[in-house]
Amino acid sequence: MSTTLTPVLSRNWDQPDSFTITAYRRNGGYRALRKALRMQPDEIVQAVKDSGLRGRGGAGFPTGMKWGFLPPKSDKPRYLVVNADESEPGTCKDIPLMMANPHVLVEGIIISAYAIRSHHAFIYVRGEVLHVIRRLQQAVAEAYEAGYLGKNILGSGYDLDLVVHTGAGAYICGEETALLDSLEGYRGQPRLKPPFPAVAGLYGGPTVINNVESISSVPSIVANGPDWFASMGTEKSKGFGIFSLSGHVTRPGQYEAPLGITLRELLEMAGGIRKGHRLKFWTPGGSSTPLFTEEHLDVPLDFESVGAAGSMLGTRALQIFDETTCVVRAVLRWSEFYAHESCGKCTPCREGTYWYKQMLKRLEAGQGTEEDLETLLDLSDNILGRSFCALGDGATSPVTSSIKLFRDEYIEHFKQGGCPFDPAKSTVWAGEQ
Amino acid sequence: MGYPPETLARLERDAKEIIARYPKPRSALLPLLHLVQSEDGYISQDGIEFCAEQLGITPAQVTGVATFYTMYKRRPAGEYHVGVCINTLCAVMGGDQIWEELSEHLGVGHDEATEDGKISLERLECNAACDFAPVVMVNWEFFDNMTPEKAKQLVDDLRAGKEVAPTRGPNRLCTWKEASRVLAGFPDGRAGEGPQAGPQTLAGLELAKRNGWTAPPADADRPEPDDPAAGSETQGDIHR
Repeated sequence: MSTTLTPVLSRNWDQPDSFTITAYRRNGGYRALRKALRMQPDEIVQAVKDSGLRGRGGAGFPTGMKWGFLPPKSDKPRYLVVNADESEPGTCKDIPLMMANPHVLVEGIIISAYAIRSHHAFIYVRGEVLHVIRRLQQAVAEAYEAGYLGKNILGSGYDLDLVVHTGAGAYICGEETALLDSLEGYRGQPRLKPPFPAVAGLYGGPTVINNVESISSVPSIVANGPDWFASMGTEKSKGFGIFSLSGHVTRPGQYEAPLGITLRELLEMAGGIRKGHRLKFWTPGGSSTPLFTEEHLDVPLDFESVGAAGSMLGTRALQIFDETTCVVRAVLRWSEFYAHESCGKCTPCREGTYWYKQMLKRLEAGQGTEEDLETLLDLSDNILGRSFCALGDGATSPVTSSIKLFRDEYIEHFKQGGCPFDPAKSTVWAGEQ
Repeated sequence: MGYPPETLARLERDAKEIIARYPKPRSALLPLLHLVQSEDGYISQDGIEFCAEQLGITPAQVTGVATFYTMYKRRPAGEYHVGVCINTLCAVMGGDQIWEELSEHLGVGHDEATEDGKISLERLECNAACDFAPVVMVNWEFFDNMTPEKAKQLVDDLRAGKEVAPTRGPNRLCTWKEASRVLAGFPDGRAGEGPQAGPQTLAGLELAKRNGWTAPPADADRPEPDDPAAGSETQGDIHR
């Protein structure tokens, strides 16, 4: 095995008090902040650019470049908003990160806000994670008390306020402009771009929106230098990332590794597919990324390689399904999710996901026809690239990729007049009875 | 109808504090709706009018927002709101069976509460705990690695008034209304309770430690002066 794990963000997670400011400082936390406050803001932006850090929320846009899009001068206040609305099916990295180590995010926010000359930052956290919200609230309160937030931070003359803002259950709010509408107190619906948030974001002011893991990576870049960060990963996908393994795998969980590691390597670390079974299909980065199979075990999990293989790195949410799983059932459930979460703003997504749901229900029940598959693909053509935001595009990924990879399995449903799989065999407790 | 004067005065104090957190008052609407749920257990007509009044917007505008988000309930939630994840991964790992057995056990369906008002049920979408599948949430606390039996025992215990602790959460479960107050941004002082991580969260870290795997050493531009607040406890640098 060539690649090994590189715990950076997860390094102190095994300490029982890891979420407290005491533990964080005991491990060297907030030293990067002191260093950052002695640097010029533009030097920090440059360091993040040089590190090659790309957004960890799925899209992979270079973080430093995003910061660089802010107009050099503007009359309106600038804002930093952290997207902690982790809701993409399969994605489960930011929530455990914030539960175990909220201070690395808080320190990252202070450094990043200083770098972009913002004095007001927000953490938009999904509402359905009460204990994580408690930990964030406490971390922010501790940081204020320690003089890391508020007026004249550590005597630098720099001021920053940080608000933990709790969402209320809407996947679409992970889309950055819908998040802004939600944070402004409206229904969370995406905005037309341009103007991009860097120009007109929160309250119309220049705004940077970054994922939790991206911002949490900033203190280590400042502390250890961009070259250190760039020494990990691949040429164009630098650094480390949290890979979340779930499903039919022996030891599911969080594995922090350089980008470019393969599923074969990760599976070996995680004890392989559960005993007596074999891999059938998997998502490289959540349900919005086209499915992979055994064929893709050696695809380096970096932005370029996964893209070249026909999917997307997304959020590195590796949902693993073995041969007991019915792909039609899996895709139906994801489609129900997208239909439920479609904000209703644009017709292709609102109507398209509704029809996905209807058709896939029929197909799963074995009442479909082969013609339905063509209709599904045609429908997908009318959603992909024609929706207002990426939610609609994402909804097509499981449908089109599953028809491409598992057409015979769909057909088997019609032939048998029902699902050929026994759902009991897929459960965690299968074989225990 | 409106709230009784003492309730109204208390809610107004809270609302003022919430609104003060934001550069623009309207941003306070989501937390204000959580506040209303902490009072009424759902988004009541009184609550809608209260939010509208506080922000100087119309009740229709408040309703438009409240109906968009699934965490805002249009009828009273149970004292313990139980969500079973039925998104693909949890469903396949057993969430579907948990849902069916639990719903039958309680005699209530999606978005319904038991007659005693103790338990309400919801079919949940992904709650970002896939490595702990199948997952059940109660009042938005994690109950990891559930089975149909464990889920039924859980709701029986809750109905019997027994103390129940989440897998990754505080020492005991709080009520729906208490949870809503934390969501509105009023901490309950229990952030320090419970574990920092679940076993799955640590799977990679423990493997790395067993094998001596670490991130590469940092560039030579160290060390930074110690943070005086950290005292002599400083052992190493978390960022290396």
